[in-house]
Amino acid sequence: MDGAHDMGGVEGFGPVVPEPNEPVFHAEWERRAFALTVAMARPGGWNIDMSRFARENRPPADYLGKTYYELWLAGLETLMIERGLVTREEIEAGKMLAPAKPGVKPVQPQDVTPAIRRGGPTERTPPAPAQFNAGDIVRMKDIHPVTHTRLPHYVRGRLGTIEINHGCHVFPDVNSLGKGEDPHWLYTVRFDGLELWGNDGDPTLSVSVDAWEPYLERA
Amino acid sequence: MSGHDHDDHHHHDHDHSELSETELRVRALESILTEKGYVDPTSLDLLIELYEKKIGPRNGIRVVAKAWADPDYRDRLLKDATAAIAELDYSGRQGEHMVVVENTPEQHNMVVCTLCSCYPHPVLGLPPVWYKSAPYRSRAVADPRGVLKDFGVALPDTTKIRVWDSTAEIRYLVLPMRPAGTEGWSEERLAELVTRDSMIGTGLPKQPGEAA
Repeated sequence: MDGAHDMGGVEGFGPVVPEPNEPVFHAEWERRAFALTVAMARPGGWNIDMSRFARENRPPADYLGKTYYELWLAGLETLMIERGLVTREEIEAGKMLAPAKPGVKPVQPQDVTPAIRRGGPTERTPPAPAQFNAGDIVRMKDIHPVTHTRLPHYVRGRLGTIEINHGCHVFPDVNSLGKGEDPHWLYTVRFDGLELWGNDGDPTLSVSVDAWEPYLERA
Repeated sequence: MSGHDHDDHHHHDHDHSELSETELRVRALESILTEKGYVDPTSLDLLIELYEKKIGPRNGIRVVAKAWADPDYRDRLLKDATAAIAELDYSGRQGEHMVVVENTPEQHNMVVCTLCSCYPHPVLGLPPVWYKSAPYRSRAVADPRGVLKDFGVALPDTTKIRVWDSTAEIRYLVLPMRPAGTEGWSEERLAELVTRDSMIGTGLPKQPGEAA
């Protein structure tokens, strides 16, 4: 979706403000919101692309008005309500009002470290040969799906060069919809700064995105 | 996204009663999920402990220092970063597919995620607030020299800048240039020069005199 999360090149947000000796979390509720989100993914049955969409799919003012972990919390609530794991009434009341959804098993303490160390690799067996090679010039498609995509607005319609082939990976645009992993070839595509930002851009700049084959067309 | 609750700006926008409202909301949610049997609070404690104590930039610092000290390791790291990082026993969530990009006198690399907050957790831990903030996400791809200035870093005008926008599940780690005057240094001593920001590309390593 063309939402407030797609921030590349948007102006007016001001300077970057690093925080010296920053702690990992800034409040106890951030620790718990983080851990709840990570720990609910498997029992809840959603994938990372669904999580990302649940966070970004909201009015721009809401997205920009929330801190990072407030967005995580809002995303978690949405995902759980959608699946009937909790009700909106329970969240507003702050207590359990409806029985638990049967068959939902929590992550056991002994599984925490192994699960984090395993992660969730996204590379899959290729269903078809790669259509592009390193050095090929490609144009990014100018698409505007209302659903989740990982093609940022600032490269759409722009010419780039294939630089790295990363193999075949789970395709977020489909995986976020719960319609399967639909793996596609994934490439690092490099753009000249001037191609992205015009002649006022920094001539020493180049930018790359990682883009799945369905985002690309031969130039 | 607005500033963080430690950010002055945020304090002006949200008073303490609103902050405690979020605290209460999270606390209540955890009770509901625990009562329903969806989460085990001990697992939550362990997750937090992992990310506060075990998974952090010290892991990436070890990777960079070893690459500086051991040319064969550097070669393996640039060829297959996931495998080379796993040699040091770092792997997993948000670092399943690693690529290491090397700074040279000709090219400086910087990593961003314009769409959310993708960051190589096994080697750098959870991202700092500025990395997830709108100013960084918006400007890193359009005006990286301006961003570097915010960090007090100025590169020569002729240095090419390469920005890697992490839009998929590939995670990037910058291998900074080994500072001059460190010939013969041990890996442990080199590690004192590596900073988190130098591995994101928003900073440079410390110089030999600067190390603590």
